[in-house]
Amino acid sequence: MLSDLRPALVSTVIFTALLGILYPLAITGVAKVAFPYQAEGSLVRDGAGKVVGSALIAQPFAKDEYLHPRPSAAGANGYDPTASGGSNYGPLNPDLAKRIKGDAASLRASTGHQEIPDDAITTSASGLDPDISPAYARLQVDRIAKARGVTPEQVRRIIEDQVQPPALGFLGQPHVNVLMTNRALDMAAPKSTPKNS
Amino acid sequence: MDARGWSEILFTIAVTVALAWPLGMYMARVWQRQGTWLDPVLRPVEGVLYKAFGVDPDKGQNWFAYAVSMLAFSAASFVVLYLILRFQDLLPLNPQGFKGTSPDLAFNTAISFITNTNWQSYVPEQTVSTFSQMAGLTTHNFLSAAAGIAIAAAVARAFAANRGEGLGNFWVDLTRISLYILLPIAIVIALAFVALGEPQTLAAHANAVGLEGGKQVITLFPTASQEAIKQLGTNGGGLFNANSAHPFENPSAITNLIEEVIMNALSYACVVAFGIVALVRREARALVAVMAVFILAASSVVYWSETQPAPAMHAVHAATAVNMEGKEVRFGAASTAVWTAFTTGASDGGVNAMHDSYMPLGGGMAMFMIQLGEMLPGGVGSGLYGMVVMALIAVFVGGLMVGRTPEYLGKKIEAREVKFAMLAVLILPLAILGFSAAAAVLPSALKALENSGPHGLSELLYAYSSATGNNGSAFAGLSANVPYWNATLGIAMLLGRFAYVIPVLAMAGSIAAKPKLQPTAGTLPTYGPLFISLLIGVIIIMGGLEYFPAQALGPIVEHFQVLDVLAGH
Repeated sequence: MLSDLRPALVSTVIFTALLGILYPLAITGVAKVAFPYQAEGSLVRDGAGKVVGSALIAQPFAKDEYLHPRPSAAGANGYDPTASGGSNYGPLNPDLAKRIKGDAASLRASTGHQEIPDDAITTSASGLDPDISPAYARLQVDRIAKARGVTPEQVRRIIEDQVQPPALGFLGQPHVNVLMTNRALDMAAPKSTPKNS
Repeated sequence: MDARGWSEILFTIAVTVALAWPLGMYMARVWQRQGTWLDPVLRPVEGVLYKAFGVDPDKGQNWFAYAVSMLAFSAASFVVLYLILRFQDLLPLNPQGFKGTSPDLAFNTAISFITNTNWQSYVPEQTVSTFSQMAGLTTHNFLSAAAGIAIAAAVARAFAANRGEGLGNFWVDLTRISLYILLPIAIVIALAFVALGEPQTLAAHANAVGLEGGKQVITLFPTASQEAIKQLGTNGGGLFNANSAHPFENPSAITNLIEEVIMNALSYACVVAFGIVALVRREARALVAVMAVFILAASSVVYWSETQPAPAMHAVHAATAVNMEGKEVRFGAASTAVWTAFTTGASDGGVNAMHDSYMPLGGGMAMFMIQLGEMLPGGVGSGLYGMVVMALIAVFVGGLMVGRTPEYLGKKIEAREVKFAMLAVLILPLAILGFSAAAAVLPSALKALENSGPHGLSELLYAYSSATGNNGSAFAGLSANVPYWNATLGIAMLLGRFAYVIPVLAMAGSIAAKPKLQPTAGTLPTYGPLFISLLIGVIIIMGGLEYFPAQALGPIVEHFQVLDVLAGH
């Protein structure tokens, strides 16, 4: 039994160096050269090079001229990438029913439509879901067009451009990336009143 | 439910099962120390390692020596990982400035990662330094998987042996499986993951100022390198709290597919390799078939349940095509369903949606797959030996029916082997139901629950099922990072791994010593549809029935509550 002591300790230490330090550092090194954009977190920059977010991480959008994301349960106020997670409400949790009731009413008020897609008032698993369904995006067209002073048709075209179909035609769901769409909106249909910068 | 969803489910299962053969053939070569195309690079490394360990690679071990080496290795792993977590504040690469973790959390987490469970009581973004993720958790993602596969190799050798003694050498198996199988595949997958969008950086976070002017701190980790081995080794412990639902751990439907495939592929491959080593390819095919049947059934149940109307959405007349609470838009119901079957069937435990928010029967199915004993297809290695234990019990039952001494794969199965098999199988309900019963009557334990009523019972039952089954997924509303839960879940994980493995190795030792018989006219064939059906029945009755009363009080009663609420509108 004592003869196992040395291999146990030595193997743990050597494998920690090989698999826990060398391997991740080597991948990090290759990634830095070959895929710098992805390796650093798919960060999106504005014209001046300042980071406005990550293409993969939801951020709160509340203004009328922007596409709104799904509600978020990450962190106390939502959309907190230091505390990813879902609501973990069971289907019959009274707090869930209360939240959904409130969100349904305010969504109907802001869009002017009765229709509510599945994803519009449910929180995602990560709280950082960067996407919404095309149905939820289309629901927001009129509001965005009005706030930007452009025709709904213009907004609709920008949003349809951003719809990503299921991978290979059948894997996953069609989706619209909220941050990328909002960048496209700002570029193609800037809000008529100039923003403070 | 639609045709596209069903094709996604069938495609994912088919690709995964098909990969088992090329991977299994390669794995068999590694187990048997035959030449591979990696030899020019790895043979010299292997030699150096054996010298450093001070082991003779040609020296075989009997079951007891093999078990002792495995336990010694696990103990050393535990100590090193515990120390890394406790003292991460004194170690390098802590750009987050995190303190060392509490003793009970370090205990729970170290056990969790050395038993291949990867249960997480903590929020990684706020707890674990970059160094702990890499040197601590990534390392044991590899090693606990390698240890599991090593035991599968030992069991295969037991069936191959004719009046033999040796089950192989644990140190050789551990080293070869890590170097020849896990590391090369992980390197390829990790690079693919970075290309597909997963971060890989030593920076702790990026600061952003959004288009509306709000500030956001975006947590980063060397994600891809750990994600690859997390799935490949059926570990499942996330770098982020949201696990593979987090867009950094699983950015797209393509990464989702790859993660699903690799989290089950090696478990099936172990069965194929077992068939090659023990010269029982037909029988191995039957075991793969049994596993795939359960995976397809579980995927279907979850797909159905998650496309049933969610009561809260129904109440406000919103769309109820998919229960999207706790799910990601890029995945949807079908991706989530097949993932759920894969992760609970395979003791992976990584999630791409929050099981706590599933419809009752969807969450119940996830829990049931874990309770069946994690062999469908099970963790890497552990799935194979779990399935062999069930197959022994099945031939024993079959033997009782026809009144003959049962045989499996050319070995007579007698009282001693069946006792060891039952000892292994019985530890699971003992730990799951015992700990759950205690928690259900302890007011201090119940404070950790997020939901009340039947759903609260599901939360705690799921936790002990997950820990004992070495799965690691959760009904995540449970706030388990308190001493009582950390300690009891830690003990459940230890029992589920080691109190299972030791009887299995003892059984293997006893099987190795028997002569290898030729099948006769009276031998029950163990490859056809008859045996497949018998084995499925034994798994459901032996593995599942004892949980039915608890399931009835949790998910099943909640299901009828949901129907009641829906009928009221």
